[in-house]
Amino acid sequence: MNIHEYQAKEILDRFGVPTPHAEVASSAAEAKEIATRIGGRVVVKAQVHAGGRGKVGGVKLVNSPEEAEEVAGALIGTRLVTNQTGTNGVPVEKVMIAETLDIKDELYLSIVIDGDVGAPVVMASTEGGMDIEEVADSTPEKIFRVAGDPLIGLSPYHARDIALALNVPAKAVRPTTQLILDLYRVFIENDCSLVEINPLVITEDDQVIALDAKINLEDDALYRHPELAGLRDPNQQDPLEQRADKADLAYVKLEGGRVGCMVNGAGLAMATMDITKAAGADPANFLDIGGSADQERIEEAFKIIADDEDVEMILVNLFAGIARSDIVAQGIVAAAKETNAQIPMVVAMRGTNAEEGIKILADSGLDITGAPDLAGAAVAIKRKLQEMEGSN
Amino acid sequence: MAILVGEDTRLLVQGLGRDGTFQANRTRDYGTNMVAAVHPGRDGQKFEDEVPYFSTVAKAVEQTGANTGVIFVPAPFAMDAIIEQIDAGLELVVCISEGVPVLDMVKVMAYIEDKPTRLIGSNCPGVLSPASKAKVGIVPANIVRPGNVGVVSRSGTLTYEAIAQLVQHGMGQSTCVGIGGDPVHGTTFTDVLELFQADDETEAIVLIGEIGGIREQLAAEYIKEHVTKPVVAAIAGNSAPAGKRMGHAGAIITGKAALASEKNKALAEAGVHVVESPAFIGAKMKEVLG
Repeated sequence: MNIHEYQAKEILDRFGVPTPHAEVASSAAEAKEIATRIGGRVVVKAQVHAGGRGKVGGVKLVNSPEEAEEVAGALIGTRLVTNQTGTNGVPVEKVMIAETLDIKDELYLSIVIDGDVGAPVVMASTEGGMDIEEVADSTPEKIFRVAGDPLIGLSPYHARDIALALNVPAKAVRPTTQLILDLYRVFIENDCSLVEINPLVITEDDQVIALDAKINLEDDALYRHPELAGLRDPNQQDPLEQRADKADLAYVKLEGGRVGCMVNGAGLAMATMDITKAAGADPANFLDIGGSADQERIEEAFKIIADDEDVEMILVNLFAGIARSDIVAQGIVAAAKETNAQIPMVVAMRGTNAEEGIKILADSGLDITGAPDLAGAAVAIKRKLQEMEGSN
Repeated sequence: MAILVGEDTRLLVQGLGRDGTFQANRTRDYGTNMVAAVHPGRDGQKFEDEVPYFSTVAKAVEQTGANTGVIFVPAPFAMDAIIEQIDAGLELVVCISEGVPVLDMVKVMAYIEDKPTRLIGSNCPGVLSPASKAKVGIVPANIVRPGNVGVVSRSGTLTYEAIAQLVQHGMGQSTCVGIGGDPVHGTTFTDVLELFQADDETEAIVLIGEIGGIREQLAAEYIKEHVTKPVVAAIAGNSAPAGKRMGHAGAIITGKAALASEKNKALAEAGVHVVESPAFIGAKMKEVLG
């Protein structure tokens, strides 16, 4: 789960990680008030669940409370389109007003789980403010990594090693070490999947401060952090993804695809997307209906796909183990009739009760082409696409 | 000989809610020797009037000689169940539960390190050996056939897909192993490859990977050095966007190595027969085995 920068900052504050003085505003007037309180130059930062906001005017340095009011007013209520959002962008409902600092150096610090190490890993780099993936690609030697021990955690000497590797001024070594240890506690005690400080700055007077903060929380562990579950901001999600979340469906909207995919199992869902693309049409979504979906959930899954304006065709690929094909078929027919969707479908159905499922679909009067398996589905899609293009 | 499971598998099932009960019944229908059921408070009762219930794994092992455990408990309780099974000395523990917090799995993997127990999962379909009718997990028994192809995969449904294609092309399976879709998991591709290479019954291997992590690259390195049997591989997720979790917690592109194309490249360089989609596994294996 993504959370906003201002929420991440609140968590960091609770754990004693130094951050700039900043407050969040929901209106231009509030922004002015905060800017007056902070005094002087401030930074106005759009609060959205997407990176790349600086490049599209989502972060602005202003010189007066009046200017802060103006910039906040222009941002709040609009949608921000960055290189990490879809073409619709994400809504700006709040801005953060932060004090400015005199910065001497910008560094990078993050913590993620490294599945192959089997532990949380602290990554640090002297290349602050840059995309860390780019640094990893072009100058991997500039990234310093230390794994925490699963049972002991991060030892202070580890944190000191990182501070030294970052080449911070002598005066800042101890506070940087403490900051890294505190950040590690943030990661562990909140079950994060990512904590990223980019940049971590050294000020002219050698203070170390987390200037920006990005925290992702692990969905599977949210049940043990009820206080964090409330940080969810559904408005930042694609509306279809929001509906899927409510129905407990693993769904990801893919920008610009034409073929909606409805599949059971994450691996098969990915393979179905791949083969759709190979057949010449971009998939519109990832969707795993899961093993034990009831008819209601199947119906909602189908409606989510059918309500996607980009979808011109639907590919259903079911290999039922625990799931029952007849129930899936009933769900599809009920949903298709209810939404009055005339979308052509290609259906491959195998496993538990597949024959019954196929019969239900065949008798439904819907525009359905059967396919024997994954490879057959690709052939059927290709043919169907040619038909559709031919008739246009 | 199959790998991991076999005729001497004595199965203990922990977590007999709706799904656990359904799967335990399928397992027994197939002919697997389920010797114990673990559910606190049901001591003295019997599962389906035949298999004794125990409140603790230790007691179940002591009284039935169970050597293999399968876990269906809800994800928040999975770490505890795995540790209880490790402590009871089971040789093989298979955790089916999906949605186990990754920091729980981090602790489990640190705990198991110097123990003799082997863990498969979490979030996996488990293991099935058709010749010995040993099913530990949820792989549907009606789709498999005894034979000589070993299957190892991160995905449940793609395991079934591969099995169906092999059968369609007239090939059976020695053992099917689903290692699971979580970023931190027990038995890896490399572990299973080592077992398949040493297994007389296995003539060829199907490996199905997906985006995320570097385990397919590690498998490729291992194959290059140690595996003489033919391997057919496919990687799912070529069309997945970066930074978005594709269902499985581990299926997310974060960096170059996580890409399907990078994994395909590493496997091809190791002499693996890489197909562009899992749809072509059966046909390729047929071609390879002649």
